[in-house]
Amino acid sequence: MTKALELNGITKRFGTLTANDDVTLTLDQGEILALLGENGAGKTTLMNILFGHYAADEGSVRVFGMDLPSGKPRAAIDAGVGMVHQHFTLAGNLTVLDNIMLGAEPLTRMRSARAEAREKLMRIANRFGLPVKPEARVSMLSVGERQRVEILKALYRDARILILDEPTAVLARPEAMRLFETLRDMTKEGLSLIFISHKLHEVMAASDRVAVLRGGKMVAERKTSESSAGELAELMVGRRVERPVRQDHMIGAPVLVANAIRVEDAGESRLDDMSFTVHAGEILGIVGVSGNGQAALGALLSGLMHPAKGELTLAGEDIAAQGPRGVIRAGAGRVPEDRHAEGVVGDLSLWENAVLERLRTPEFSRRGFVRQSAARAYCAELIERFDIRGATPDTRIGLLSGGNMQKLILGRVLANNPRFVLANQPTRGLDEGAIAAVHAELLKARAEGAAILLISEELEEAVALSDRIQAIVKGRLSKPISALEANPQRLGLMMAGVWKEDVDAA
Amino acid sequence: MTDAIDLLLNTNLWAAVLRIATPLIFGVLGALLCERSGVLNLGIEGIMTMGAMSGWLAVYIGAPLLVGLLIAAICGALMGLLHAALTVPLGLSQHVSGLGITLFASALAYYLYRLLVEVGDLPPTIEAFQPLNVPFLSDIPILGPILFSQAFPTYLALLAVAIIAYVLARTPLGLAIRMTGENPHAVEAQGLNPIRIRIGAVVAGSALMALGGAFLTTSAFNSFFPGMVQGRGWICIALVVFASWRPGKALIGALLFAFFDAYQLRLQTAIEGVPYQLFLMGPYVLSIVALVLVARRAEVPAALMTPYRRGER
Amino acid sequence: MRLDRRTHVPLHLVILAPLAAVFAALVLAAGLIAAAGVNPLTAYAEMLKGAFGSRLSITEMLTRATPLIFTGLAAAVAFRARLWNIGGEGQFFVGALVTAGIGHSLGVPGWIGIPLLMLAGMAAGALLLAVPAFLRLRFGVDEVVTTLLLNFIVILFVGLMIEGPMRDPMAFGWPSSVPVDGDFRLPELIPRSRLHIGLIFAIAAAAAVWMVLARTVFGAETRAAGLNADAATFAGISLPRTIMGVAFLSGALAGLAGSIEVMGVTAGVTTTMSPGFGYAGIVVAMLAALHPAGVVAAAVFVAAVFVGADAMSRATGIPSFIADVIVALCLLTMIVALLLTTYRVRR
Repeated sequence: MTKALELNGITKRFGTLTANDDVTLTLDQGEILALLGENGAGKTTLMNILFGHYAADEGSVRVFGMDLPSGKPRAAIDAGVGMVHQHFTLAGNLTVLDNIMLGAEPLTRMRSARAEAREKLMRIANRFGLPVKPEARVSMLSVGERQRVEILKALYRDARILILDEPTAVLARPEAMRLFETLRDMTKEGLSLIFISHKLHEVMAASDRVAVLRGGKMVAERKTSESSAGELAELMVGRRVERPVRQDHMIGAPVLVANAIRVEDAGESRLDDMSFTVHAGEILGIVGVSGNGQAALGALLSGLMHPAKGELTLAGEDIAAQGPRGVIRAGAGRVPEDRHAEGVVGDLSLWENAVLERLRTPEFSRRGFVRQSAARAYCAELIERFDIRGATPDTRIGLLSGGNMQKLILGRVLANNPRFVLANQPTRGLDEGAIAAVHAELLKARAEGAAILLISEELEEAVALSDRIQAIVKGRLSKPISALEANPQRLGLMMAGVWKEDVDAA
Repeated sequence: MTDAIDLLLNTNLWAAVLRIATPLIFGVLGALLCERSGVLNLGIEGIMTMGAMSGWLAVYIGAPLLVGLLIAAICGALMGLLHAALTVPLGLSQHVSGLGITLFASALAYYLYRLLVEVGDLPPTIEAFQPLNVPFLSDIPILGPILFSQAFPTYLALLAVAIIAYVLARTPLGLAIRMTGENPHAVEAQGLNPIRIRIGAVVAGSALMALGGAFLTTSAFNSFFPGMVQGRGWICIALVVFASWRPGKALIGALLFAFFDAYQLRLQTAIEGVPYQLFLMGPYVLSIVALVLVARRAEVPAALMTPYRRGER
Repeated sequence: MRLDRRTHVPLHLVILAPLAAVFAALVLAAGLIAAAGVNPLTAYAEMLKGAFGSRLSITEMLTRATPLIFTGLAAAVAFRARLWNIGGEGQFFVGALVTAGIGHSLGVPGWIGIPLLMLAGMAAGALLLAVPAFLRLRFGVDEVVTTLLLNFIVILFVGLMIEGPMRDPMAFGWPSSVPVDGDFRLPELIPRSRLHIGLIFAIAAAAAVWMVLARTVFGAETRAAGLNADAATFAGISLPRTIMGVAFLSGALAGLAGSIEVMGVTAGVTTTMSPGFGYAGIVVAMLAALHPAGVVAAAVFVAAVFVGADAMSRATGIPSFIADVIVALCLLTMIVALLLTTYRVRR
């Protein structure tokens, strides 16, 4: 039987970076292939080439035996390839039907055939078990519903090969299971699927075959049944990168105390009845599926949002009404969720970013003038101490890799000996080496007595680093459990909102 | 005081409203079309000036009025193409490029006018559009003179509103334009080319803007002089926000505005002792007020002013 | 076509960019000159002669450059913070108006009066820009449109004042405001020319602005806020305070342009005293890549174009609007040139 997909010798370079290096991959009809690799391995680039977002520098793609012209999503769609992007390609202000119909009709047509389109959509939705409301505005939909729309978009265009990029990044465990069931049903309807993931347990559970990418190269292809999580982990990372291990020790006095906090945004509740305490020398891990209030919690502790109700104190000082400057002054260090958007100013130099938060302190300014030599010296220190590679104090920070940028952000926070550290998704988008470095620094700060609140979507990370863990679901926090009690089952349930106290009460 | 109220009952006032609204309607529609696709076109003031000059000049050298309008639209489209080339594939600042286009188009218009036309004591004139009396309908009392005795470009403007509204709401092309202004990556993911769509929308929108300028010199007045657009372009930009980027509301906004302008003009002669400049300030102040009132609730196209870079997320 | 960000912008490209932009603009404008039946090289030669050919032309050019330096600085300061101040024209006029109005009958000696009037002009300009800035911060209203609309309102207001309360009974023909007192006229820099010490003030202002932007905390915060507002806010920089500060500085500079023009050149205020200084200031700022030092050079260039074009027009019959065309083209070619310095273009 003709192979659904053949990628041959795909190579793609961005400047000096080779994102894909002579990659060859096949997909059989009716099979589910997992594309596995750590952050930066080149998985998304490869799929973007398949779908036509990028054109490969070398190599070819064949779909059902026919050559696919490169660099044109239209050609891919016509050949039966559909893509469900990690960051949804949807327009929030338009309806579900609008988003799905786009591009399906020739632009020269004088009238959109909406009624027919709606019918076709409902037929497909029913066939694949993906319920949807065609006239709903996409901005009103939940993340899971939006993903359904993304999938339906591809199915509406008669996709026979479906690419899913990190499909469970935004789903809770039960939803993720349901998705994979749906995907399995789809193969029975004749579809062939590729999904990209860096989560080993998913890959083991849901795929027929797995292909491992590392550093842009295809390092292995296995039948899933013939491999193991351990083998795949090693293939993915290539070497044993030991992540640092947390040592148990005595926890100190409470440093950050939140009591019955409620945060609202434009009338809607983002955080509700939230109480937690972070002690000196402790890491409190907040786990949860993306979109359950982590952003609001991060904003609250950064001084960007303020509680409508409740108290927030840092070392006894009330910081509820403080903005970022006040929060910093009270002794908080913050590592933001999105380093590009909030963490650094890409066009400024390293030293300017290093002292950005402390421009008005006597250390770096005098009578309104910036003490540039002091700032540069400080930055040089940070570079040395935190092993920031590829930069001098005057280098434009935007040129640094994600890992090195994060090291600077962490460095400028920790060098200040903060009482409290907010680490919000500190290892998102980083490779194994950088992840290990960040973990080491956080554990070191913990050993030196800092109180750390870790918000993470990676369960493994949270379990490894935290002394205690709480789950955040729809803006509320579960009661904390200790690290000893934290196993994947328990955490999965907590993240899905099944809290023991509710069960007990029932 | 009674004079002021009497003015409201005069059919001439209301006929003037439609006349004064015409360049605004073209301008708002043009700006709206550009912005719906995600591109802010601050070249509007210059494009309207260029449209005014080129349309007039074509007629001055002998072309029929309709051809004059066509020439104006083409000149506007070319200016739009320049703005689109700078802001869409090159992704340059839409603010700066637009300002540059306004400065360039205006300067070019004045230069060509001065070069090609002999100006004596009074600027030369042309035979402008005369009001078209629609048979039967223009005889209806009150409504007749107001709605059915307008010049051709005015009817064209009203038709344009209907066409743009229909295209945006009910055709695949309109959906593609709207989507490009909301999320160009979504457009690319569906196999369309957001760059081409944006360029097309800006070119078409600029042609409309130029028609607004041409109206001034081929219908409202019959000569061209520097500075005649008088900030109408900027007012249109404000009106687009006020209209929530919708053609129907844009028409209402333009009419409302034209009403105040027409009223203020007549009030000048009716009310003694107040410096005329105060009245003339009215439209501009009104635009600012309108912006403030609507700003918070504005449903801006999500990708307005975000340059689209392929592959960049 | 793809744009790859350059990792390092070589200095020679930074200097080359405005030169290339100007060259390209002159080449494009040459087409328009040729279309008028005049040899572009002859025309540009006349232009050069007109701007640099005699003592008179050089002083005229520098006189014209003085307000351009101020409005150029105003635009540069604002644009760096992404505050789109297109209201330089209006701020110029309120500065001029306030200076003439107060300076008409202020009874203090010159050495007190001149700085006082300069401050008054700065305050007027600052307050004018503060309004759109406030509307942006509080209501989210785009300042591009509001500053532009204010220009029209201000010009009308100026007309109102000089035909009314500030009318100069001695002015024949063209309405003018009462003139500023003779004591407050700026001394000339070069004898028997219109060039006044305002030029020195302008260059000093450029130096001061450079220092503020490059070395002060305010300058650093402005830069951060303009490049990445979210990161600046996260780092504790108060965006509203920074924007308002920038607005005050930018408006003050443009207002100062008008104040100095009144004290140095026109003595009174007319509605035609600005041939678009505010708008030209934007081009000056862009040609300078928003650098205070570059603003001085760019202002001199733009002034040279205008003064040279007047002479060229007299000599060749080319409409002097060609100057406006060249200056506008410079703006467009400059942003393309800036793009090429920041990015490498690849197929």
